[in-house]
Amino acid sequence: MDKMKNIKTELPDPSALKEEILKRYPRKIAKKREKSIVINDPDAIPEVQANVRTIPGIITQRGCTYAGCKGVILGPSRDIVNIVHGPIGCSFYAWLTRRNQTQPPTPDSPNFMTYCFSTDMQDSNIVFGGEQKLRQAIKEAYELFHPYSISVFSTCPVGLIGDDIHAACREMKAELGINIFGFSCEGYKGVSQSAGHHIANNRVFTDVVGRKTDKGRLGKFQVNLMGEYNIGGDAFVIEKYFKEMGITLLASFSGNSTIESYEYSQDADVNMVMCHRSINYIAEMMEKKYGIPWFKVNFIGANSSAKSLRKLAEYFGDKELIEKTELLIEREMARVKAVADRVRPKVEGKRAMLFVGGSRAHHYQELFNELGIETLSAGYEFGHRDDYEGRHVIPTIKVDADSRNIEELTVVKSETLFKPELQDKKLLLEQKGFKFEHYEGMMPTMKKNSLVIDDINHWETEKIIEMMKPDLFCAGIKEKYVVQKHGIPLKQLHSYDYGGPYAGFEGAINFYLEMERMLACDIWKMVDAPWKHEPSIMGSMVYE
Amino acid sequence: MLLRHTTATEYKREALTINPAKTCQPVGAMYCALGVHGCLPHSHGSQGCCSYHRSALTRHYKEPVMAATSSFTEGSSVFGGQANLLTGLENIFTIYDPEIVAVHSTCLSETIGDDLPQIIGKARSEGKIPLGKHVIPASTPSYVGSHVTGYANMLKAFVSYFPETTGTKIDQLNILSGWVEPADMRELKRIVSMMGLNAVVLPDTSDVLDTPMTGKYKMYPDGGTTIPDMVSMGDSWHTIALGEFCTRDAATELENKCKVKFSMRELPIGLSATDRFIKALRRYGKVSVPKEVEDERGRLVDVITDMHQYLYGKRVALFGDPDHLVPLTQFLADCGMKPVYVVSGTPGKIFTPLMEKALNGRVPEAKIMNGERADMFQLHQWIKQEGVDLLIGNTYGKYIARDENIPFVRYGFPILDRIGHSYFPSVGYLGGIRLLEKILGVLMDKIDATCPESKFELVM
Ligand code: SF4
Ligand code: SF4
Repeated sequence: MDKMKNIKTELPDPSALKEEILKRYPRKIAKKREKSIVINDPDAIPEVQANVRTIPGIITQRGCTYAGCKGVILGPSRDIVNIVHGPIGCSFYAWLTRRNQTQPPTPDSPNFMTYCFSTDMQDSNIVFGGEQKLRQAIKEAYELFHPYSISVFSTCPVGLIGDDIHAACREMKAELGINIFGFSCEGYKGVSQSAGHHIANNRVFTDVVGRKTDKGRLGKFQVNLMGEYNIGGDAFVIEKYFKEMGITLLASFSGNSTIESYEYSQDADVNMVMCHRSINYIAEMMEKKYGIPWFKVNFIGANSSAKSLRKLAEYFGDKELIEKTELLIEREMARVKAVADRVRPKVEGKRAMLFVGGSRAHHYQELFNELGIETLSAGYEFGHRDDYEGRHVIPTIKVDADSRNIEELTVVKSETLFKPELQDKKLLLEQKGFKFEHYEGMMPTMKKNSLVIDDINHWETEKIIEMMKPDLFCAGIKEKYVVQKHGIPLKQLHSYDYGGPYAGFEGAINFYLEMERMLACDIWKMVDAPWKHEPSIMGSMVYE
Repeated sequence: MLLRHTTATEYKREALTINPAKTCQPVGAMYCALGVHGCLPHSHGSQGCCSYHRSALTRHYKEPVMAATSSFTEGSSVFGGQANLLTGLENIFTIYDPEIVAVHSTCLSETIGDDLPQIIGKARSEGKIPLGKHVIPASTPSYVGSHVTGYANMLKAFVSYFPETTGTKIDQLNILSGWVEPADMRELKRIVSMMGLNAVVLPDTSDVLDTPMTGKYKMYPDGGTTIPDMVSMGDSWHTIALGEFCTRDAATELENKCKVKFSMRELPIGLSATDRFIKALRRYGKVSVPKEVEDERGRLVDVITDMHQYLYGKRVALFGDPDHLVPLTQFLADCGMKPVYVVSGTPGKIFTPLMEKALNGRVPEAKIMNGERADMFQLHQWIKQEGVDLLIGNTYGKYIARDENIPFVRYGFPILDRIGHSYFPSVGYLGGIRLLEKILGVLMDKIDATCPESKFELVM
């Protein structure tokens, strides 16, 4: 297939490529993968098979339930001691590797994020049970640090030997008098990190949110930001805008956050959801119990940042707030435009692929659009059908054995804390066309014939690179150097390659500059040695 | 402060590990298996472990690290992982076509009790393993030992599978390498050939985890010990095993299986340990030491004498893996430094006696600890009680180094924030010079950055 260039609205049909990929697989596997490799049509969105088991033996990008629970959702809170109950490795690998930044207000404020806690289970614990060791570990953590809260995470072997971590947590909570709670997030529980998000959402909702009811109002406009993890300082940027607008951020789930702030997060007037995949559960549950409406935002991309801030101002409908918001957007957009105008001509028409996470493969397309970079192919590592096709497909998603594994909580309306006035406000706004609980998904915004691949694996990655020859690939650390050995730069969208922030207007500028650096970089042209293309020197070894 | 909750006051811990100085077995097994040519490591368990191990190795090397997984779900955890491994092997050979699949277990499959040799036997009888291809099992539960143990277990698995005895000895030595960097394995080969000897080095991650950028990705890079080389190990004269913790089991296995006798040596880190390695090569290779090697040694001794004043009496804290710490500590003591705190999460009763031998009474105040709860939190508490001039360990040490303003040399696994470890050796005499360059660099940078202006020196 030739390098496809300058295509405006429609990409060439990639059916041949799809065939080529599937040809290599044993028949059963081909049949399964076929449904996860889909040719997009924004006018008639096809169904994508997603959130299903990875096939054994396949080299996958995915991690485990524990990674989604401890690593993603609970990891970024600083005032809690997170004890991983299991053998040492699980805790070790989740130790500081996700780049969640945090800013404790004072030098004495608690911050345990730089620490790694484990019960380091030994064979005797596997044989005779580890519950006693866990109790002792909780006690020691308390005596040493007196933290605000302690939580416990089960890893694979724990589920099997039958340690009751929840009983241990309850007992220790009674004994020590601080909040202690556990997560049954054994790695095998689901098909990817996604199951861990759900498990984390559930427990945070039942055991943390709503514990503090005497906080009173802290500001005129109180919000929670959800599904923003402060990788590379993204949350710091958004917080700055909120501050300027006069918005009070009660709790951020969970970038730059404290567990303490979750406890009064039910006082918010609205929940904003950034990464839909990892956090929509808690937003839904908070609406049912407390009446707090939620809407989707996206702070990746200058235009979508502006849109999200406007939406927030519109929600409150306050004249002064709207004015402040417009001023901020106007000022920031001028800065963004100056850089975009300079960078865009250098990168326009380049072609990208994004395979990452559960929202970033969508969100980052916004930034690419702003620069005129075309997305050839994209997919999630642990997304569900709604993240691809939009939330309206949720009722039609088949619940399989793996999803049934994860508890769906029955949530009832709180007698005392439910805020009917917020629901009235929601109704009114909806009549004016304001969209709540809405996420359109990735595919409606992608071009016709772009290739959507869920849970892409190593073989498929190699194939699409070979056949489509993109200019840029976005994925994670495990893919980074594989792709770069092909001579194609890879931008990590989990860790940002240790750069960022990329959120908000400031983040957009950073990302534009990063694209300029990566796509206009000379080193890729120097891969071949200069003599490689010269005729080889033949002849005899005789001196003339 | 980054580690703001750490204080000097110790509280006796019996259950809680804080900031471990070890990780789990499979990552070591994976690293070892990457040092065999055409080999794809396979993690038999849930996919999370494999993802973590690949990520850790990738961050350390900034190179592709390939491995497959059995991707257990709840069902496999209840009914066992046999079906997953059978399908897994079939898929691996069809899609990725390796020569060898090196299967290691995880905590999960070990707790379930999956029998790897039995499942592999079944895969073979069902025709899921193509003729001429190999599948090798290693049991690597992380509730026993550490990443070091996993490396040792995988190495032993290779040795019990491949080497054969034909009855005719061949003119070569076996070198079983402990866990060192690709550059170190390359350096071991260079030293051996300088000595005029032939040797099979197993494993050998050079040209696997330090591959050149060519614009063409190779799933199975050029390097790694080859199958014919491993097979021939059964006919070698002798085995030199480098590193008690990583290689003794494999060396013993080879001796039992193929009657190739072995000698245990430390990894050749620093002057004395390299001396012992060279002596072993000289003795078992029946060669004399060439001038080239003596000159390299002489250069290392020269550097130590030149710079002794900056090293002498400096208090050092170290954490990491036993096979590194033993020779490294001896090297520091040889240079007149004082390794006062040494911590390793890897268990093993032999660690303390080996350390005592390495220190040889030169640092009576030294505190040595290994095994459960021998962690970086403990080390940091000791440092808070009485400070040190230098810290040596993996990247996680930088949090202590910054809080306590201690010069810091990165050594061991993982190094996530600097390059060089995979390209420049730290074994052999030359490696000794590199270690000193790094140590002196940080010590002297601190002097330059903090001494009064009136005491600022041009020549040092
Ligand atoms: S379960 Fe065991 S093998 Fe897997 S990461 Fe945890 S410690 Fe390592
Ligand atoms: S043992 Fe389970 S929880 Fe731990 S890393 Fe592996 S898959 Fe995840």
